[in-house]
Amino acid sequence: MRAALFLIALAALALAPVAAPWLQFVLTLAIAKGFAALGVAVLLRGGLISIGHAMFYAVSAYAIAFLARAGVNEFVLLLLLGTLASAVAGLLVGTFLVRYRAIFFAMLNLAMSMVLYALISKLYGITGGTDGMRVAVPSFFGITLDKPRFDTALYYAGIVLMVGVGYGVQRYLASPLGHALSAVHTNELRLEYLGVPVRVVLLIAYTVSAALAGIGGAIAAMAIGHILPEFAFWTASGHLVLVAVLGGIGGVAGPFIGSLFLEVLHTVAVGVTDAWNLIIGVALIGVIFFLPSGLYGLLRRRSGEPA
Amino acid sequence: MLDTLIPLAVDGLASAALIFFVAVGLTLVFSVLRVLNVAHGSFYSIGAYVAASIGLWIAGAGLNPWLSFPALILSAAIVAALFGPLVERCLMRWTYGKSEAIQILVTFGLFLILEDLQRIVFGVSSLAEDTPMQLLGSTQIGGVVYLNYQLLLIALAAIVVIGLRVLLTKTRIGRLVTAVVADREMAQSIGINTNRVFILSFSLGVFLAALGGALATPTAGAAPGLGAETMVLAFAVAAIGGLGQIEGAALAAIIVGLARVLAIYFAPSLDAVAPYIVMLVVLLIRPYGLFGQAATRRI
Repeated sequence: MRAALFLIALAALALAPVAAPWLQFVLTLAIAKGFAALGVAVLLRGGLISIGHAMFYAVSAYAIAFLARAGVNEFVLLLLLGTLASAVAGLLVGTFLVRYRAIFFAMLNLAMSMVLYALISKLYGITGGTDGMRVAVPSFFGITLDKPRFDTALYYAGIVLMVGVGYGVQRYLASPLGHALSAVHTNELRLEYLGVPVRVVLLIAYTVSAALAGIGGAIAAMAIGHILPEFAFWTASGHLVLVAVLGGIGGVAGPFIGSLFLEVLHTVAVGVTDAWNLIIGVALIGVIFFLPSGLYGLLRRRSGEPA
Repeated sequence: MLDTLIPLAVDGLASAALIFFVAVGLTLVFSVLRVLNVAHGSFYSIGAYVAASIGLWIAGAGLNPWLSFPALILSAAIVAALFGPLVERCLMRWTYGKSEAIQILVTFGLFLILEDLQRIVFGVSSLAEDTPMQLLGSTQIGGVVYLNYQLLLIALAAIVVIGLRVLLTKTRIGRLVTAVVADREMAQSIGINTNRVFILSFSLGVFLAALGGALATPTAGAAPGLGAETMVLAFAVAAIGGLGQIEGAALAAIIVGLARVLAIYFAPSLDAVAPYIVMLVVLLIRPYGLFGQAATRRI
């Protein structure tokens, strides 16, 4: 039942741009944000809320812009290096942050991301300041493509990545390491008594989540072709948490469902109403109070399985 | 060097005073409600818009321009009366005792709602109304010109620090608030109406944020996006001082204000980064802030 649903959803995703070409860009961005939201969701499983995770999204995007300017012009290479940049940044930042919990963890993430945001927007000579940076169209596995073709290739690469990386994250969460992460949330002290190094567990989770945000930032940078300091602003981080919670953090699919749902709805809604944030704010509060396992939880409950 | 630094310092402290109003409201709400209100900055920008609108109306109606001073305070009071009890009763109270993740998300939802409400009511253009600043004029000391309005802001911030301390220690309602902060359950069991304390404290927090915004209009005007910007700054100040610490927030505002001045003087491109770097350094060394106390770990 679930496998069938999953395949239908994938097929629909793959065919959507054929039916409605304007959807392709929206869906590519949705997948990009879904990756970053998945990163946030991984941390949320450990009971840690980051309102600064957009910084890793921005790190990867800017790394790609710098690499592209330096002449690196291959999709695979850019994606890998961008993600690596975010993972390294996550490892460094995480080394400091895994000592903190709850509100302090959230605040320090916010502080880090705002330092990055302020630096990017002020260092005009290096980052182009508030004008941002352009990202040239890279080649795709060595094949030079024009912008529309590259966008299509990027979209399908995004879907493949979503499935592949999503599976990897699922395996990680189901591993002892992943269970230890959830246990940090439940009872950290007991975990320590069992001899589990809590900080190592959290550092790995933090690095994974930064890398996931990095994949998202890389896809977004190449899809939009232009990046801005706003990628790292705290409201962007807030939106990532929103997407993760709206979609549900119970499973890997949740953040992607949340992201796809929101982006498509947003695109449709802007034509009808200009009070989008108001609607989404009300929806967020509603989901938190009445649907704590998110849209994904709702889907699972409907299909007769425990959420 | 001092000739340039002192005017800069007055400038820095005046803007720090504005941030202080927001930060102290945030800290007050946090210590009583134990919720970090991410939407707090929006009350600042709504306060700014209301004050600018009323100020423009006063100017347009040809009333006595000195009325624009009480109008600033009145605007903050209007915002507090409108949003304080409503938001606390309908939203905040459902988050008490919940995890930080939920509290931050609910208030982030509120932030989105308030941002849109502000846009729908006041539009996307910025408003400017500087009558109060013009009326007060400037003072010249040692060849340097100071805006009297900025000096007034610094004085007001000092009054608020003292006023809040007196309110909390010398008055009946202040002591009730202190009791609720110390032990919510105990306070409730000896018959303190905690709901009333929550409503009052939250409304006072909203008032202080809106006051910051209202007082900012004569020098900075009201513009969209102000709420999000102010939020992080207030957050930085409150966190540096230690969440829940009134004097801590005041000291932190001074530190952040002076850090910005030094940044403007020595490395102009870093002035926006300065507050966050201070926050980062302080929090990494003392995560509970300068004045805060480490919470004991509970099993």
